[in-house]
Amino acid sequence: MTAFDEMMAGDGTRPPYAEFHRWLSGQPDDLLVTKSSDAEEVFRRTGITFAVYGEEQATERLIPFDILPRILSAAEWARLAAGIEQRVRAINSFLHDIYHRQEIIRAGIVPLDLIATNDAFLPQMIGLTPPGGIYTHIVGTDIVRTAENEFQVLEDNCRTPSGVSYMLENRETMMQLFPELFIQNRVEPIEDYPKHLRRSLAAARPQRTTDHPTVAVLTPGVNNSAYYEHAFLADQMGVQLVEGRDLRVVDGHVAMRTIEGYRRIDVLYRRIDDDYLDPLSFRPDSVLGVPGIMDVYRAGKITIANAPGTGVADDKAVYSYMPDIIRFYTGDAPILSNIPTMRCSEPDTLAHVLDRLDELVVKEVHGSGGYGMLVGPAASSAERAAFAEKLKARPANYIAQPTLALSTCPVLTKAGLAPRHVDLRPFALVGDGIRIVPGGLTRVALKPGSLVVNSSQGGGTKDTWVLRDGPGGTATAAASAPGIRFPAPQQPDFPDPAAAPAPPSQTEAGQ
Amino acid sequence: MTATRTILLGRTADGLFWMARHIERAEAMARLIDAGLHMALTRGAAEANWRSVLDSAGMAGAFAARHGEAEGEPDPAAAIDFLLRDPDNPSSVSNALTQGRTNARMVRTALSRDAWEAVNEAWRRVSADLARPVPEANLPAVLARVKQATALIRGMVENTILRTPGFQFMRLGLHLERADTTARILDVKYYHLLPSSSWVGSALDQTQWDSLLRSVSAHKAYKWLYDADISAANTADFLILNPRMPRSLAFCHAEISAALDQLARDCGARPPCHDEADAIRRMLTERDIDEVFEEGLHEFLVGFLADNARLAAGIARDYRFTE
Repeated sequence: MTAFDEMMAGDGTRPPYAEFHRWLSGQPDDLLVTKSSDAEEVFRRTGITFAVYGEEQATERLIPFDILPRILSAAEWARLAAGIEQRVRAINSFLHDIYHRQEIIRAGIVPLDLIATNDAFLPQMIGLTPPGGIYTHIVGTDIVRTAENEFQVLEDNCRTPSGVSYMLENRETMMQLFPELFIQNRVEPIEDYPKHLRRSLAAARPQRTTDHPTVAVLTPGVNNSAYYEHAFLADQMGVQLVEGRDLRVVDGHVAMRTIEGYRRIDVLYRRIDDDYLDPLSFRPDSVLGVPGIMDVYRAGKITIANAPGTGVADDKAVYSYMPDIIRFYTGDAPILSNIPTMRCSEPDTLAHVLDRLDELVVKEVHGSGGYGMLVGPAASSAERAAFAEKLKARPANYIAQPTLALSTCPVLTKAGLAPRHVDLRPFALVGDGIRIVPGGLTRVALKPGSLVVNSSQGGGTKDTWVLRDGPGGTATAAASAPGIRFPAPQQPDFPDPAAAPAPPSQTEAGQ
Repeated sequence: MTATRTILLGRTADGLFWMARHIERAEAMARLIDAGLHMALTRGAAEANWRSVLDSAGMAGAFAARHGEAEGEPDPAAAIDFLLRDPDNPSSVSNALTQGRTNARMVRTALSRDAWEAVNEAWRRVSADLARPVPEANLPAVLARVKQATALIRGMVENTILRTPGFQFMRLGLHLERADTTARILDVKYYHLLPSSSWVGSALDQTQWDSLLRSVSAHKAYKWLYDADISAANTADFLILNPRMPRSLAFCHAEISAALDQLARDCGARPPCHDEADAIRRMLTERDIDEVFEEGLHEFLVGFLADNARLAAGIARDYRFTE
């Protein structure tokens, strides 16, 4: 299976990589190795690490960062962005429909069973319209590429998608390590993500709140593997990072315990699962959530982002209907296609899948993080036999997809540059409109030939560039155009040094 | 446009307070080991008094629980390792720093990037230094790095953090911990180490006193302020009542009062712990050292430690550290 390489096409360099490749060819051999260890040092110093459960604190891990950027052209990105926006709109319409009149089921587009047997469906949400009608405020859409013009959606993450802090820190680190690259290439900035996030969350505030709602990020705590991201986002937005033990319901509002007493919260960006949100409504043993928050929510006095019950839309069985869902709610054909997906719940399909296990990828319907899946071609016959038993025992729990030749990008290995498979997770924000910062998190399978990019399975990340419009998006091409990115300092901005008094100097001893 | 008033979570105040306490504790522990080492170097290993160092650190009981009750002098390597890096000793340098860093991680959003990185770097470097037992020859360098790393944290906090209430809680934690440490060291030296109370005020073992002052980095300063000969009354005056000595009880409580006053201004309220702090402050400013000795130094210090602990609990209560 030959994969499409995003940097090298045949003998030539693909246009988005032209400028970068020229630069790369002129660098001394050991530079990348040195810069790579510099990058690791930056991550460790900043504390962008996660504790591995059950291990000592001193063994905090980094998600491996590969220093070669993944580069997309403006045109490629424009299509991706349009496709993601369409998908996100359809998903929010779908969620509203599912928890209200269920027109899509009446119309026979999706079967009732798909919803009725879905663990992520929350009866508590029936008939409840969240503030602004928004269900999923932050969406991570996993996209894979198989050819020059073939981008496909692998998965929609509508609950609490993570990874955006790595997107931002990867860029920050790259700009520190290779400032010259950002002068040569016109890369779309992404640093406004936290500002957009805060604005979107504020826009989704409950009715009858002030124009300056109080926003907070809810984390399970320092031991959570994504804690760094929770703290990072709260810090970047300038909002409080709260835990369940800081919160309680006071006078019909969710409030946080400050040194001066309880203060009301209007919008809660929660990074805990539905199950843990409210021990009175869901898991009674949860200490991570807020007892009674669902009552406040029903009364329309708090925005929970993402809304409870959004998981019903990112289930892999629902995914298989996504093209129909998009057509139903938007009236248009999907801009981004799905990967052909076989539902093992259908008996004929099951037989077909069992027959061809060595060619297919089989996933659990509710699985995530790369767990519980079988990559047929890479598995041993014993592994396939064991998986077949699980499949036969609970067919509805699985879907199957063809094994795709995911595109590759070069990564730095001990033996020099080598191609590895990648995917892409852009982040869409829904508030007063839909915002998508250009790029996203590129995840890369670091093991040779591996198709599993999840960090829990040995995957790493890369900085992702979207070039601005123009041939190759390079500064060389744009230099003749007006608006060079780094203007020469203008005289009036720099006061004459003679105008300011010199700093006082120490008088000589003895004077 | 006026900036909105900052909100500080009670849990964040708690985290900042304890971050500062743990980091101060790590440093104090390093100073105590340093003083013990100096004693060993000047008096010879045979006479080195690691028992007194364990006593000063309040760790004699924990050490005995770990290594068994034994008469006489403990094995120096075991004592050093216990104070420096024993995972079962909650106040070992390595545990104190780890707890300081865990608290810092919890309150990451209340710290500047510089301050957080200083804490994280201190923890990383010291953890690497303490990953395995430290040979005696490397000890001075390792201890110096602990002191430098913790000083860098204080510097970054001082220079890069807004003077919002969060800052005052770090200031409170640091000075409550420091006052506590100084009082303990002093009490141990006077009460536990003297053969009998009749020795109080008499010509004393100069090495013991030199070591005491060294453990609070004050052996030189003392000589500038008092006689070259070290006396019990002067040492006590220096470490308890001298407002210019940055590790004295009086100095620490001046800082505590200043931090609480600023909190009262920021919050527009003056909860009861402020009165408890005032009472301690008066006790340290309205008497001289002779009156302290009349009361009995040990009784005075024990009373102070209890007041100090009560104040810490009062701050936690009044500022809603926990529910």
